[in-house]
Amino acid sequence: MSVLRTPAGTVRWAGRDLGSWPVLVALAMLWLVFQAANPNFLSADNLVNLALQVAPLGVLTLGVVLVLLVGQIDLSTGAVSGLAAAVVAVGLSQQRWPGWLAVLVAIAVGAVVGAVYGWAFTRLGLPSFVLTLAGLLVTLGVQMRVLGTTGSLNLPFESWLVRFSQQAFLPDWLGYLLAAALTLTYPAIRLVERRRRAAAELPLEPGRDLAVRTALLAVATLLPTWYLQTNRGIGASVALFLLLVLVVDLLLRRTRWGRSVRAVGSNVGSAHRAGFAVRHVYVSAFVACSSLAALGGVMQAGRLAAANQGSGGSDTNLTVIAAAVIGGTSLFGGRGSAWSAPLGMLVVGTISSGLTLLNLDSAPRYIVTGLVLALAVTLDALGRRRAPATGR
Amino acid sequence: MSDEAILAEPAAISLRGVSHSYGAVRALVDVDLDVRGHEVVAVVGDNGAGKSTLVGVLSGVLVPDAGEVVVDGRETQLTSPGLARGLGIATVFQDLALCEDLDVVENLFLGQEIRRGPMLDEVAMEREAQRLLAQLAVRVPSLRAPVAELSGGQRQAVAIARALLGEPRVLVLDEPTASLGVTQTAEVLTLVERVRDSGFGVVLVSHNLADVQAVADRVVVLRRGRLNGEFDADVASYEQIVAAITGVAPPGEAAR
Ligand SMILES: Nc1ncnc2c1ncn2[C@@H]1O[C@H](COP(=O)(O)OP(=O)(O)O)[C@@H](O)[C@H]1O
Ligand SMILES: [Mg+2]
Repeated sequence: MSVLRTPAGTVRWAGRDLGSWPVLVALAMLWLVFQAANPNFLSADNLVNLALQVAPLGVLTLGVVLVLLVGQIDLSTGAVSGLAAAVVAVGLSQQRWPGWLAVLVAIAVGAVVGAVYGWAFTRLGLPSFVLTLAGLLVTLGVQMRVLGTTGSLNLPFESWLVRFSQQAFLPDWLGYLLAAALTLTYPAIRLVERRRRAAAELPLEPGRDLAVRTALLAVATLLPTWYLQTNRGIGASVALFLLLVLVVDLLLRRTRWGRSVRAVGSNVGSAHRAGFAVRHVYVSAFVACSSLAALGGVMQAGRLAAANQGSGGSDTNLTVIAAAVIGGTSLFGGRGSAWSAPLGMLVVGTISSGLTLLNLDSAPRYIVTGLVLALAVTLDALGRRRAPATGR
Repeated sequence: MSDEAILAEPAAISLRGVSHSYGAVRALVDVDLDVRGHEVVAVVGDNGAGKSTLVGVLSGVLVPDAGEVVVDGRETQLTSPGLARGLGIATVFQDLALCEDLDVVENLFLGQEIRRGPMLDEVAMEREAQRLLAQLAVRVPSLRAPVAELSGGQRQAVAIARALLGEPRVLVLDEPTASLGVTQTAEVLTLVERVRDSGFGVVLVSHNLADVQAVADRVVVLRRGRLNGEFDADVASYEQIVAAITGVAPPGEAAR
């Protein structure tokens, strides 16, 4: 014997896996700089808007995180979101479908695109880079056809999708209730786990660490809730996005599917020999990614109350990949978390919103975002080279 | 157990006339092999002799072009790694087949996670991992450290521990000491003996004859994909085995 008795996780703190800290530091610095340049930046009103802007693109990013985790890439999430926006707009304004049907059809279209990717990748062996590039072009073409000759459709303002995305905010009491519930659920789960670990005679993390983390969580949930609620509050679409992040995080960390996703991205040959159904894992990741992209497109259409040929266009496809990597998900597969989506998208959204407040055009936005991305990829590559095996 | 008793025991797994080709390369030609409990069968041969291909067939990664695999007297098709595992054949591959980004516990239970309802039971897996590693006298810096942070010997130990997890009957090891230093090699060989003594059959693939003579009960030689001799490890001389590997008969003798 013996296995060194270290509480789970401590070595990683001391080691190189810095988790979400770099992006949190970057975010704090950006906020300080923009606040110094324009005192309105950290106003509750601007932050409420920022959250509303980030939510739909964050849903796209969440999907990209899944595809990156299996070691692949999807260049077409923006185009798929644009197609979904077109479908939902046509369904609502021309076909007069009920709202739920239009949304379901749009998401189903996304799922089909993902299924085609999964099939072509696993059965034909096409590289996902080229495959999704082809998908991007095809999807763009279909989006134009769906929109028809005008090339632009407005959503009826009274539809619940528009109201949900623009005007629906959590009532104050509900915001506080959810924040408090999150703050209390975490230590509750950890305490139950702690008791089981004690019974199994496994090393326990010091009670103080748990207390500190719970306190940090309380601040991180209650403070923004309070601050946003001094203005309009937490948008319903923002709440939906955060709910999706929590669900995906749980799936990735605590289910066999999540384990298979990380294993495939880390080493597909090993995952296969461990008995995982590797093809299914790839297909599920592509389908989840495109479906989330479609949902994000629907939310974006609702927020803008319109869909046009530019929906999900220009740089969206690439911005969400940048956001996932900035948030800490590796381009090399196997490493990352659902929280990369909100954190990374918040950085990208902050740069965009901060520069807009300074009345600057898109040029500095692209440049700054690009530099931050380069920084994130550098950290990613360094992390990958970490700890070459010693003692051979 | 005496040698006679072991040989009288029915083979846990047998290959009968197995052949496999990669395109024009005939990697295995008409190979027979029996593995019983309580014995270490060494498979030796030069580079490219077909050893890893044989491991592929035993582990369900490769389906042979011809021949049959008999498990417990019944002919079987090992069409997937999961199936071979289910029949009690556990393999430690030459490249170890670990996932570097995953931690030790995650790797040990890869593909056979313990669940509690729909969720993974991390506590049960960590407890079991700790018990298993202690039993094998394996040291790792932390059960929750990514495998990328372990040394070569530690990785090898994790891969062997993983293979032993589901209580298999036959353990297949492909070149387990190839990348290890002297101390670590000795540790792995001790581990192999301990596994044999607890009743498993072990197939030890190697091209290191010192390792083989240290732990093997029986030595099977592969040369250019064909069987080229089978020896009792206690009796056979180093020269005899080398002769079978290289195909050059030692003076005055011929391989059986
Ligand atoms: N995937 C493959 N594709 C083509 N040829 C292969 C492949 N794997 C092995 N071979 C060939 O088959 C023969 C046996 O290889 P292998 O079983 O790896 O030998 P060993 O493990 O004894 O060194 C070699 O000639 C090798 O080049
Ligand atoms: Mg080999």
